[in-house]
Amino acid sequence: MEALVIVAHGSHLNSESSTPTFAHADTIRATGAFDEVREGFWKEEPPFREVLRTVESDEVYVVPLFISEGYFTEQVIPRELRLAEWDPAQWDSDGTSATHTTLTPTDVDKRVHYCGPVGTHDAMSDVVVQRAESVTGDPDVGEGFGLAVVGHGTERNENSAKAIEYHAERIAAMDRFDEVRPLFMDEDPEVDDVTDYFESEDVVVVPLFIADGYHTQEDIPEDMGLTDDYRTGWETPAEVDGHRIWYSGAVGTEPLMADVVLERAADAGADVEAAIDRVRAETTGADVAGH
Amino acid sequence: MNEDQVEALAEAAADRVEFDGFAAAREGEGYVLATEEGSETLVHESDLGEAAADYADYVTNWYFWHAGAPQAEDRWAFLRWLEDAGERPVPDRYDALAGDGVTTAWGQLRVTVTADADGRRRYALRHEDDAGAADAEVTDYDDPLDAREIAKHDDYDRYRPLKTAPTLRTGWRFPDLRPAALVRAVDFLYPASVANWHRERAGELDVSHWRETVERQSGIYGVVETWDRQEGYEHVNWVAEACCVDSQCLKRREWEYDAETDLDVDGGDGEFPCREPCSLVIAAARQWTKLEGEQPRTYEFELTPSEKEQVEDIIDAVAEGRTGDVREGDVYDGANRYRARFLRAKRFDDEGTLCGVPTDPDGDDDE
Repeated sequence: MEALVIVAHGSHLNSESSTPTFAHADTIRATGAFDEVREGFWKEEPPFREVLRTVESDEVYVVPLFISEGYFTEQVIPRELRLAEWDPAQWDSDGTSATHTTLTPTDVDKRVHYCGPVGTHDAMSDVVVQRAESVTGDPDVGEGFGLAVVGHGTERNENSAKAIEYHAERIAAMDRFDEVRPLFMDEDPEVDDVTDYFESEDVVVVPLFIADGYHTQEDIPEDMGLTDDYRTGWETPAEVDGHRIWYSGAVGTEPLMADVVLERAADAGADVEAAIDRVRAETTGADVAGH
Repeated sequence: MNEDQVEALAEAAADRVEFDGFAAAREGEGYVLATEEGSETLVHESDLGEAAADYADYVTNWYFWHAGAPQAEDRWAFLRWLEDAGERPVPDRYDALAGDGVTTAWGQLRVTVTADADGRRRYALRHEDDAGAADAEVTDYDDPLDAREIAKHDDYDRYRPLKTAPTLRTGWRFPDLRPAALVRAVDFLYPASVANWHRERAGELDVSHWRETVERQSGIYGVVETWDRQEGYEHVNWVAEACCVDSQCLKRREWEYDAETDLDVDGGDGEFPCREPCSLVIAAARQWTKLEGEQPRTYEFELTPSEKEQVEDIIDAVAEGRTGDVREGDVYDGANRYRARFLRAKRFDDEGTLCGVPTDPDGDDDE
């Protein structure tokens, strides 16, 4: 039997933190690609420490629902999953190129395929673009539009900014949007000054966060000037300094994220190609029958 | 009992079946069927179906546990435990399963298992407080995944980060779950409870005590380790009393200060164990580590005896989570809102300082 275990941060305070994790897990469950799918959390239950024992399968694909490679993916998750032989070198990553490695936990008799986080997978660029389509309601959005990919910044981990820059570069190379820029909460270029960085009148702003919460629903909207008080909400698009800002909220809530989770498992050897096709079709509105 | 079951029995009897007080074995051209109650039948193979009908409960019981129930050890053991299968003989158990069913408590859950004529088990899952609720009073669910939403908020719509807090919402029911679905629903309501319960029964529960758990922490939680200063474990008693007693968490605390040093606080009576300090305990301990770094000071406040007792009442009401139960008009309760507002009006100064006594009389830092 094969299981997929999605590990995410979760929250002691915000009940919506786990919502995207559950939603993507359910999308993948519905494909039947795995015998079991289970969610595990740092701050909720089952905790990382106990999630592996909740699945029956002896082959387990663990995909971290995290944006960047760093403290959580390299230290906390492997330690808590008791992947004693883990060494970050096994991912052989430059900060955005983690793949997967196979390890044996010390507390359960299983093989764990420990994958890199969703946030640094190439497919994440597509999710950012899909997010731009969702928020504008325009499947061809791009021409005449700027796109800002927003990240937390370097607070604890330089890879945090790398992931943002990586996707901004990849999307710029698609030659779809007039301008693409990485912006940050904690460092320059700052999201507060979003309109300074774009010439385009219309700017889509996509925060590279897994769940909506304090940063994406309070901080960023106020910092960008979408609203004076997050509690009163904001318009989409919102007029700021002569620009129209299309603010999407956390990219992690985009249904296509389930595809990135599957891509991670596929890269680690899971036979889920059919599920990937199905999830892409379902979550991008593409016509399955037509292809 | 159906034909598939008889066929399966015939096949398995070749290697001898022995299960729950029933035995079936190949003998010559036929089979021997026997029960622990002393009944024994020797039949020709062509008559197996007819003979097996006399042992229908035993046969369907054997079939269910080998072909109907999930085979993963922990899930299998849990489902067996729910109907007291190890202890209760088949005839007696089947009488109960065919009638009102066998009902067992698991945390705040109430699980009732019934069986049909083919021994197929069905499970009804609900909150123990809804045991007598009429159908119209509860919302029915059939997808175990919905249990995640049920577990998320309490009856007052407050978020429940700790799934084993005794605050599970009421007003719902899974009336008819198959065995695997039952286990999944339970695992969403009380994650990993079945797996850890099973490990404990097998004598293999991997307990991580306080010391090793705090030593493992890193990042912002690394500081908790410094709370232990090799000066006893009284602070950990306080943590356990604050967070881990039955009124706060339904898991039975099995972790202690370390492998040699038990805490003085009772671990509780929960059915399933707690194998290490959870993330909420660690997050709270981080805050206490910071707060407990302060040195005590002597303050002088002027309070009437009733006011002193009122402060105690308020702390007690908050600690027991009963502030919402104090009636608006109950001015005889020290934790009543008007009483608290009166105390504040009388004893706090304009800065909200109790009796005007500065927190830090020597410094300019009014923390």
